[in-house]
Amino acid sequence: MSDRGYPDAVADEFPPPPTAFTDREDREIEIRPYEGDEEVREALVEMYDDFDPADRAQGIPPGGEERIREWLDAILPGDCYNVIAWCGDEAAGHATLVPDGDAYELAIFVHQEYQRAGIGTHLIRGLLGHGQANGVEKVWLTVERWNRAAVSLYKKIGFETSDAESFELEMGLRLRADGEGSAAGSDESDADESDADQVDGDESEVDAGPESDAGDE
Amino acid sequence: MKVLCGIGGSDDSFRALDRTVDRAAVANDDLTIAVVDNEDSSVSPDEVVERAEAAVDEAGVAAEVRRVEGDPGSRLVEIAETEGFEEIVLGGGHTSPMGKITIGSIAEFVLLNAKTSVTLVR
Repeated sequence: MSDRGYPDAVADEFPPPPTAFTDREDREIEIRPYEGDEEVREALVEMYDDFDPADRAQGIPPGGEERIREWLDAILPGDCYNVIAWCGDEAAGHATLVPDGDAYELAIFVHQEYQRAGIGTHLIRGLLGHGQANGVEKVWLTVERWNRAAVSLYKKIGFETSDAESFELEMGLRLRADGEGSAAGSDESDADESDADQVDGDESEVDAGPESDAGDE
Repeated sequence: MKVLCGIGGSDDSFRALDRTVDRAAVANDDLTIAVVDNEDSSVSPDEVVERAEAAVDEAGVAAEVRRVEGDPGSRLVEIAETEGFEEIVLGGGHTSPMGKITIGSIAEFVLLNAKTSVTLVR
């Protein structure tokens, strides 16, 4: 849909994966793009099959292995951008950009076992870096309006609210200037290093997969 | 049961139409189909009326198809209240490319304002 709103300012540059870091539980986490590997897909099926239904948002992830596979079939193909947070060979989190006209829809999920450890912030930044490196210009998402912690994370990243009229807030982010090849510096680079701890702090409550209702806890 | 089905031409509204007409045929519902304005719909109200009448004919139910102009949510709630409907049926929202369900603005208004039961058809 092309009638969505996006900020005029171009967002910060995000680090393209692969990246690695130690989470707040001292686990070594690697963020890598999905490149069509069958084993990786199976690791995602496993993660989502074990996902707490309480952390679903607007019907995703769906329940049951069959529906999970159908859903992944729709969001993993080559025209989508996917990054996965790995703890060893276990998928800890997953974020995705799915094409929608001239923009991409974003979603991010962190498995319950890995929530509140700072993984979500790294994961969303990795996804946006991956998108930026591949020429993605505009990204949008919806989030339940009562999930204030998630909204606050998205705002720190640079998302701005584009539609506040319905149950869900719609937010947009501009990764590159329209039609331009490279991302310009932003006036509001909220995500710079000095703010990073603050992002993690807010996100400690969000991490349920910023989709989820963890902000209410 | 006395049922008011509101449709505006979106895909999910046609799904609600088909399901409600099928149910009416089995359950002998007293069904009224209200064709409302929906700015987001690419199908004109006249076409929506035609499709509703065709669905009713095909199912062989005696349902009224009525064109309702004005603000769709508030008109549906008003009609339900003044004419003694027991249930309002609406489309259950559309699915984003990601697979997220989004409820339409008409359904949101009706859910929050109707005194009757509201059914969203998935």
